[in-house]
Amino acid sequence: MDILYLLVPLSVALVFLIGAVLWFALHSGQFDDLEGPALKILADDDRAGKSEPRL
Amino acid sequence: MQNNGTYNYTVVRQFTVMTVVWGLVGMLVGVLIAAQLIWPELNFDTPWLTYGRLRPLHTNAVIFAFGGSALFATSYYVVQRTCQVRLFSDGLAAFTFWGWQAVIVLAALTLPMGITSGKEYAELEWPIDILITLVWVSYAIVFFGTIARRKTQHIYVANWFFGAYILTIALLHLVNSAAVPVTFWKSYSAYAGVQDAMVQWWYGHNAVGFFLTAGFLGMMYYFIPKQAGRPIYSYRLSVVHFWALIFTYMWAGPHHLHYTALPDWTQSLGMVFSLILLAPSWGGMINGIMTLSGAWHKLRTDPILKFLIVSLSFYGMSTFEGPMMSIKTVNALSHYTDWTIGHVHSGALGWVAMVSIGCLYSLIPRLYGRTSMWSTRLIDWHFWTTTIGIVLYIAAMWIAGVMQGLMWRSTNPDGTLTYTFVEALQATHPFYIVRLCGGALVLAGMFLMIYNVRRTLQERGAHIDQPVMAPA
Repeated sequence: MDILYLLVPLSVALVFLIGAVLWFALHSGQFDDLEGPALKILADDDRAGKSEPRL
Repeated sequence: MQNNGTYNYTVVRQFTVMTVVWGLVGMLVGVLIAAQLIWPELNFDTPWLTYGRLRPLHTNAVIFAFGGSALFATSYYVVQRTCQVRLFSDGLAAFTFWGWQAVIVLAALTLPMGITSGKEYAELEWPIDILITLVWVSYAIVFFGTIARRKTQHIYVANWFFGAYILTIALLHLVNSAAVPVTFWKSYSAYAGVQDAMVQWWYGHNAVGFFLTAGFLGMMYYFIPKQAGRPIYSYRLSVVHFWALIFTYMWAGPHHLHYTALPDWTQSLGMVFSLILLAPSWGGMINGIMTLSGAWHKLRTDPILKFLIVSLSFYGMSTFEGPMMSIKTVNALSHYTDWTIGHVHSGALGWVAMVSIGCLYSLIPRLYGRTSMWSTRLIDWHFWTTTIGIVLYIAAMWIAGVMQGLMWRSTNPDGTLTYTFVEALQATHPFYIVRLCGGALVLAGMFLMIYNVRRTLQERGAHIDQPVMAPA
């Protein structure tokens, strides 16, 4: 099962990589507000006819 | 650039229309091969219409042509709207559209001709694999380039799901499709025997996890709140859901290789990781469904929401069924039977197709300057044909699968097998007919959809791209 020498270290490397991304996201304030973003997408009115082009 | 003031809807519209077209084509091939299992004469004695060649055409068409186009369309739409910026590059975005369509057309030509690498869900030969790689790298550049240029500080949770799906599929494709070319249309896998099987299912199940799950969860986290007009039940849970899912997904693959030459501990590892996956999967399902709490009445009048909520119910069902089937003792009964086919379709039709269809019905009016689809009544009809079709399909396959498993393992007191293989096949015959009826109903729904979409596009008033919203 030589293939496991590729796949297992690859998974371990990925876990560390994902951990690093999580760490950066946490410390850059991505998850400081866990209420606002849910409401913000609703405030973006993408329905036709309601917002006219402003150029 | 003069386009800086608007969103790039062109590429979203192109992928959206092709999603409907490929959905129809893929499901049509599915119905044909379901009929071939009842009436083998339907291959008309032509090699390129035989089941063995059309089956990979069906899977590639529904997963990569239908599902893939739906993912391109929605990810391009969601990333623009939530980052409040136009796509990173119009040229590269157009290349991903035409490149992806070229891959699909090449698949539709080569697979019936018998040109295949023989790896499930990765049958396409090496020249097409290289084109896929080029398209995918462009996709990643467009998507992450748009994130990098975003006008908002926060990256909405749907984009995390889309981002994880794009990166993981790139890695899976590169490792699994590694091959030694012999001629222009023939190559051999870089791995052999059980090594190849392990890579194959490491790819195969992670493709289920990241292509057919993470990507569509991204869709769900944007379009359910938008269609319901309510914020997601718990934004905190959606973030936890994302990290839990991507931390634990990678090792479920070996459950496809229970009781094979794969080392026993690797099989058990695959089983344990599959069972763990139940938790994040249900977290996401509950989060989506509970978004409607306090607004359940909307289900009565809005068939688009019905599509989205029922898709989550199927998602919950199949993500419960999957871990159960990965338990070795259960798998001893279910493996190689039609139960597996039923499970796949409860995920693929119930979750992936229904959530995509719901999102498209929500998206199309927004893309074409209309307030709603041409006919809401037809959407309702589509919902019921699809739901009834899927229930017929998976119930027939459950019964057939358990029956096959029991018949295959049944032994007489003297140790000989009670039933021959062909006896089990004969007993399955009526269930194949029920399955065909279920599939035909789902296909009929797609015809309603394509008609409804056509009428909506004909009646469209404005064909303008929406202006980028000024950051608040």
